[in-house]
Amino acid sequence: MTIEANSKVEKIKKFAFNVRKNILDMAVSAGSSSAHFGGALSITEIVSTLFAYQMKIDKKNANWEERDRFILSKGHACLAYYAALCEVGYISKAELKTFEKNDTNLLGHPVINKNLGIDFSNGSLGMGLSLGIGVAVSSKKKKKNFNVYVVVGDGECNEGSVWEAAMAAPNFKLNNLYVIIDKNNYQQTGSNKEIMNVENLKDKWESFGWYTTELDGHNIEQLLNFFNESKNINKPKAIVANTIKGKGFSFSENNNDWHHSILSKSFHEKALKELIEK
Amino acid sequence: MNITEKNIKIWSTIGARATLGIAALELAKKIDNLMILTCDVSTSAGLDRFRKTYPEKYLDLGIAEQNMIGVAAGLASENFNVITTTFAPFQTMRCCEQIKVNLGYMGQKVCMVGIASGLALGTLGYTHCCIEDVGILRSIPGLTIVSPADSLETVKALEAAINLKNPSYLRLTGSSNNPIVYKNDYEFKIGKSITLKDGRDITIFCAGRMVYECLEAAKILESKKIYAKIVNMHTIKPIDKDAIEDSCNSKLIVSVEEHNIIGGLGSAIAEHKAKLKKSPKQLFLGINDTYTKGGGYKFLQEKHRLTSDKIVEDILLNIN
Repeated sequence: MTIEANSKVEKIKKFAFNVRKNILDMAVSAGSSSAHFGGALSITEIVSTLFAYQMKIDKKNANWEERDRFILSKGHACLAYYAALCEVGYISKAELKTFEKNDTNLLGHPVINKNLGIDFSNGSLGMGLSLGIGVAVSSKKKKKNFNVYVVVGDGECNEGSVWEAAMAAPNFKLNNLYVIIDKNNYQQTGSNKEIMNVENLKDKWESFGWYTTELDGHNIEQLLNFFNESKNINKPKAIVANTIKGKGFSFSENNNDWHHSILSKSFHEKALKELIEK
Repeated sequence: MNITEKNIKIWSTIGARATLGIAALELAKKIDNLMILTCDVSTSAGLDRFRKTYPEKYLDLGIAEQNMIGVAAGLASENFNVITTTFAPFQTMRCCEQIKVNLGYMGQKVCMVGIASGLALGTLGYTHCCIEDVGILRSIPGLTIVSPADSLETVKALEAAINLKNPSYLRLTGSSNNPIVYKNDYEFKIGKSITLKDGRDITIFCAGRMVYECLEAAKILESKKIYAKIVNMHTIKPIDKDAIEDSCNSKLIVSVEEHNIIGGLGSAIAEHKAKLKKSPKQLFLGINDTYTKGGGYKFLQEKHRLTSDKIVEDILLNIN
């Protein structure tokens, strides 16, 4: 790896570190209202790679017309989204603390708020990719050059509407549209295998006409390489990102009890210690 | 749009659906950022010419209504002025939650047009009829709901809805040879009902294809010395409260709709009327919360007692 590439990865890793720290702070501040912890930690490197490097954004202007658009279709993972928007500078640390509090801008699923960099309300699964298609079409119609990045969950792929959208995007030749499937192998009440098998996701997306790869969703270099090598491919792109639900902390990794749960002060301390020591 | 007597007759002959296509062609001339999205129904929605004339403003999503609403919302978020259209049940119920989240909750401005709503497709069965759309959509905050009385009003309502700032639903009833309610141009304003005929005894609120039927009913009532005021309540949400209050001197309020009597125009009127200190009894005429055997439009009109004759019979039974 060149020095330049190395520093890029280091910058993203630092961003991901801060995202995890923000996630912990929000989760503990949410207290008994609980937080969707596991699915936010599984997308931390994905979101960090996008916001720290891959996406064109203007840190001074969340509504910059030319910006790349981001849609968190698996809206329950918003801890990672808000954390990243904080690192970019759109959401203050103080505002992060309002997560799931009364009258907050930061509910447990994203609510459209252009000033905070949240372009869409999401949370009902299976809707984000359709929005992404609309936005990607508009980029072409307006002869703009922005890309659209949509993050969906593997459990979310149970929803039929995901596949309606998956079918449409290649028909419209949306080479500016990326979908990243967070394959953490779990959904709310169990593993994918127990609830609804979504195996062979790469084959599924490929057969729908997407330029598809499968990679380690926590490996920043792999993510960057794919974005780089696929940029001139004239199809929509899908990444099946193999991830670990609850990634980063010994108690939460691959432990579905942390899908939606309370982060106590003692677990917060333990997690913070693990984060810093890594 | 060129509103002439000749055109009004043509639009009536071809029906609201085909008129929609003509109106869309006109709108495209004026509105640069117009987009029309359909789900494999371009022919049914009268959009064949539009599709050929403005391919860049037209997007067919295939038979996938949930995706259509999401794509429409995505385009709307980028400031496109979007119309979606397909048959009313699929335009409203198949993608109901997408409507709630994207148009209601998020407020993305999309104008949905439900074609062949009510009983127009009765020979195809109740999968294709739509007697539930208003009730369902009325419960979603932020949506405007309009049910035009004839083809001319369809043109005017579409123009008005496209210029709204909020999302909307246009409910098109009737089919070809749609009876003419408006023979000449007139002022149409969303939210403001139109009194088509004055009458001191009773007030009949109606919408969509039923407006014509009620005008005919009023003639029969008049021959029996009962004078009915006919109000075209084209906008079902927001409902015209003033018109309801103005009707409270009547002996009877009647609501007539090609929709389930639960949740539609009658319910919207009753919800406001219930707040008033003094108001007359209300007779709800519509589809009496049932799926019947199917058949042609006339057959179903008779079955649901929505012809002018049957409307008169029911009013006479309830007037005293």
